Amino acid sequence: MAHIIIDRRLNGKGKSTPNRQKFLRRVKSRVKQAVQDAVRSGKISDIVSDKKEKVNIPIKDINEPFIYHDDGGKKEKVFPGNDRFIQGDRISRPEDGEGDGGGREGSVDGDGEDEFGFSLSREEFMEFFFEDLELPDMIKKKLATIDDFKMRRAGFSSDGSPSRLDILRSMRQSVSRRVALRNPKKKQLKALELEKAELLHYIANNDPAVCQSQKDRVVEIDNEIIVLKRKLHAIPFVDDIDLRYRQWTKYPVPVTQAVMFCIMDVSGSMSEWHKEMAKRFFMLLYLFLNKNYEKIDLVFIRHHSTAKECDEEEFFHGRETGGTVVSSAFDLMDQIITERYNTSAWNIYACQASDGDNYSDDGEPLLELMKEKILPRCQYFAYIEIEDIRNGNARETDLWTQYDSLEHLKNFNRRQVHGAADIYPVFRGLFEKK
Amino acid sequence: MATKQAKKKASKKATNYLSNGSEWTYQLLETYFNEIERIAKDKFKLDTYPNQIEVITSEQMVDAYSSHAMPLMYQHWSFGKSFVGTMNNYRRGNMGLAYEVVINSDPCIAYLMEENTMMMQALVMAHASFGHNAFFKNNYMFRQWTDADAIIDYLAFAKKYISDCEERYGADEVEQVLDACHSLQNYGVDRYKRPDTMSAAEEEMRQKEREEYTQSQLNDLWRTIPVSGKMEEMANETRFPTEPQENVLYFVEKNAPHLENWKREIIRIVRKMSQYFYPQRQTKLMNEGFATFTHYNIMNELYDEGLVDDGFMLEFFDSHSGVTFQPGYNHRAYPYMGINVYALGFAMFQDIKRLSMEPTKEDKEWFNGQDWVGNGDWIKNTDWAMRNFKDESFVQQFLSPKIIRDFGFFAILDDEIDEELEVCAIHDNQGYKEVRRILANQFNMNQNEPNLQVYNVEVRGDRSMTLRHYIHNGRALEERGTKAVLRHLETLWGFDVKLESVDDTGKVTVRYQVGKDSRSLVDIFV
Repeated sequence: MAHIIIDRRLNGKGKSTPNRQKFLRRVKSRVKQAVQDAVRSGKISDIVSDKKEKVNIPIKDINEPFIYHDDGGKKEKVFPGNDRFIQGDRISRPEDGEGDGGGREGSVDGDGEDEFGFSLSREEFMEFFFEDLELPDMIKKKLATIDDFKMRRAGFSSDGSPSRLDILRSMRQSVSRRVALRNPKKKQLKALELEKAELLHYIANNDPAVCQSQKDRVVEIDNEIIVLKRKLHAIPFVDDIDLRYRQWTKYPVPVTQAVMFCIMDVSGSMSEWHKEMAKRFFMLLYLFLNKNYEKIDLVFIRHHSTAKECDEEEFFHGRETGGTVVSSAFDLMDQIITERYNTSAWNIYACQASDGDNYSDDGEPLLELMKEKILPRCQYFAYIEIEDIRNGNARETDLWTQYDSLEHLKNFNRRQVHGAADIYPVFRGLFEKK
Repeated sequence: MATKQAKKKASKKATNYLSNGSEWTYQLLETYFNEIERIAKDKFKLDTYPNQIEVITSEQMVDAYSSHAMPLMYQHWSFGKSFVGTMNNYRRGNMGLAYEVVINSDPCIAYLMEENTMMMQALVMAHASFGHNAFFKNNYMFRQWTDADAIIDYLAFAKKYISDCEERYGADEVEQVLDACHSLQNYGVDRYKRPDTMSAAEEEMRQKEREEYTQSQLNDLWRTIPVSGKMEEMANETRFPTEPQENVLYFVEKNAPHLENWKREIIRIVRKMSQYFYPQRQTKLMNEGFATFTHYNIMNELYDEGLVDDGFMLEFFDSHSGVTFQPGYNHRAYPYMGINVYALGFAMFQDIKRLSMEPTKEDKEWFNGQDWVGNGDWIKNTDWAMRNFKDESFVQQFLSPKIIRDFGFFAILDDEIDEELEVCAIHDNQGYKEVRRILANQFNMNQNEPNLQVYNVEVRGDRSMTLRHYIHNGRALEERGTKAVLRHLETLWGFDVKLESVDDTGKVTVRYQVGKDSRSLVDIFV
C-alpha cells in the first residue's frame, strides 16, 4: 500500500508561537504587573541579566473550567499491586491531598494549584518592560569609545636604551663578528708559520752560506707574524655594532569598561513615584551599555545637601532626607573618578535624576564643576527632571535654569519627564553617529 | 521437539541485518517500513489506511502534543498554555515525551522524532503506523463516529473560518466564544445517534443555507409572545424540549435566541472536534493495548527473521518494559500514572492470545460459553476483539482471573456515609467477578462524567434554560467548576441559565442559577 515519508523538521517550527502569543495576550495584564513588580523589587543588574524572568499567574485567569463530580457519594475503584489486603479489610481514609491516588482525577483547573508559573524569554520580558516607554525599533549604532594604548614586543633593533639591551643576542653578534674577522688572519698566520717551519728546516739541513734568501725570508715572516698577531689582538670582544636592543611598539586598544554613575536627589520633594521613574531611567541606560561593554560598574550617589556613595538598596530605599545642594554630588563624583576610574581605562557615563530643586547659590559652583571636571571626562551625561504634572503645571526649576548653559554640549542631554513614555528620548543623543 | 530444533536452526541461519547501530537514514526508514509492512499484512493480517510518516524535531513534538496532535488546528490560548505546561514538564524531565503521536485520518499520519534511534523509529512505525492505524480503521466506535478521510480538510476549513472571524469581529470576541465552547465540549457530542458526515466543501456550501434555515426555525420557536389570559392555557402545553437533550452545544447552536451566526458556526466547529475525539476517549485501553501488542509481535518477528540484531532487541525490550510498567498502588509513581493502559491493554491482548492457544481449566470455566477460547487462531480472535468492543465492554468480556492475579487488582469501596474505606474484592474466587465489574465501570465514560441534559427552556417566559444533572451514586457536582461553566453557557445562550441536580426520585437537591449580571446563586435543598 502506498506510503510516504516526509521531513517536516524545517517548517512549522514555533507553530505554537501564535498560540503562545494568544496565551501571553490573555495574561498580559498579569504579566505586566509581574514585570513591574520585578522592576520594582529586583536589582538593576539582575533584571537585565540573562536569567529568565519567572512570572507567576494566578490560575483564575487561565482557568479552563469544566463540570465534574465532587468528592462524596459512593465510589468504587480498582487498584493494582495488592500486597496485603483481603476482602473485608477496613482502611482509614487518607488525608486530603493524598487521596486514593487514582491519577489526577479531580482537575488541574478546579481546586488544584493556585498559580501557574512560567518563564518569559528575555525578548518577551523586554517587550513588556519597554512597552510603556514607547521605544522605537532601535538600530544599534556605534557608541564612542576611548582608545587606550598598549605596548607590544616587536623584535629587536640595533639601538635603544641600555635598559633594553639584550645581552644574549649581543653576544651572539659579537661571536659571529669575531669569527668573521679572525679567520682570514688566522689562516694567514698558519700559512706563514708553516712556511717559516719549512724554511728553518731547509736552513738546518743545508749549508748556511747558501741560505741567505731563506734567512731573509724567515725574518720577513717573523715581522709579518708579529703584525698579524697584533691585529688579531685588536679585534674587540664586543663592539658597538654587536649590540642588540629589545624593541616595543605602541598599538591602540578600545576600552571595554564602562562605569555608570547614578545620581539621584533624595531630598524631601522626591516621592515614590519620582523614584520609580528614576529607576526606569537608570535601567534603560544600563541596558544600552550592557550591549556594548564587557564590564559595567555601577556607582550610586545619593544626595540632598550632602552627597554619599551607597549601594543600590540604600539608593532607592534609604530614609535620609534634607535640602538640596546638587554640586555636592558632583564633587563626590569627581573624587571617585580620580580615585578609581581613570578615564584612560574607563568609559564614564552619568545619569542624574532630580525633581529640579536646587539651592540657588549653588548654581555657579555647580556649573564650574560640570564644565571643568565632569563633562570633559564623561562619554555621555543624561539628566532627567521628573515632574509630576498630574497635580499642577510644569514650572521652571532651579536646576533646569542652571543647566541652560550646558545645553549646547554634545555629550550632555536633558529632558523633562512627566511619565514613563518620556524617558527614551533622552537617549536619542546616544545614538548619533560619532 | 522437531519445532524446537527447527527454531534453533532458524536462529542460526544466515542473518541479514537491515542496519547496524543506532543511526537512521531516510533510506533505512524506507527499508524498515517495507519489512514492517510486509510482516504486518502478510503475517498478522492487519488492515490499515495508507501511511504518511513525518519526521519532526522534539519541539514540534511538544507542539503537536499541545494541540491534540492535529497538524492543523484552530488557534486558541489554551493550546499555548498547554505548550508552556508541556514544555515545562519536558524540561523538568517529568515526562518522557511520547514517542508516538498519531492521527486518526486517511492517510494515517504518524510522527517520528529526529532524535530517535533506528530501533525507536522502527518501533514507532510498528506501533503507530500499523497498530493504531489498524485500530482506527476497524474498531466499531471509530467506524461509527468519525470520518477519517474528512478530518484534515475539515480542520483546514475550521482554522480559516476562525481566523477570519478574528479579523472581522476581534480576537477577544472569538476567544470568549471558544472559551465557552471548550468548557462544554464534553456535552457537545451525540452519544446515541450517528452525526452528519463532515465535509469541508459541503460545509462551505451549506453555510449560507444553514443561516437562513436556522433563522426560520428560530422565528418559529420564539414568535409566541405571552398574552395574559392565555397563560394558563399555555401552561398545559408540552415542555420544550419535549425530551431532555444530551448534546447541549448542539441545542444552543440551533436554538439560542440572539446568537450571531458566526458564533453558531464556531460552536459547530468545537462540536465536530469533540465528536471526532469522542471514540478515542472510550477506547484508550484497547487502542494502546492493541498497538503495543502489534509492535511487540512485529519486532519479535523482525528478530526471528534475522533482520535485526541482539543490540536492537535489547534496546527494544528496555523501551517496551518501560512503557508497560505498572506501579503498584503504593508506589511513588502511582499518583501520576494510575492504571497504565499500555500495561493492561498489552497484557489483555497477550492473554487473548494465550487463551486462544493454551487455556487452562480455570480459563475454560471462567469463559464458559465463549467458543473462541482454545480455538488456536489467536490472530482472528485478537482481530475480532479489536473490532467489536470498547474499553468498558472489552474489560467485561476479556478480563481473566490470571490477569487479575498478575496485576494484583483489588477493589475499594468509598462511601461517604462510612467513615472508613472498605476492601470489597481481591484476586480470589469470590472477588474476580466483582473486580472485573468495577474495573469495567472505571472505563465507562457515562459513569465518570456527570449526566447533564437540557431539560427545559422557558419559551414563553424569561427564556431561561434549565439543565438537569441526574445524580448517580449520590455524587454531587463540584461547585466552582460548575458555576464557571454555567457562566460560560450564559454568554452563549443570552439568558439566565439554571442547573438542577436531581436524585433518582426526581427531587431537586441543588439548584444553580446564573444570570446576565453574573450573579450566581446556589441553593441547596436537603
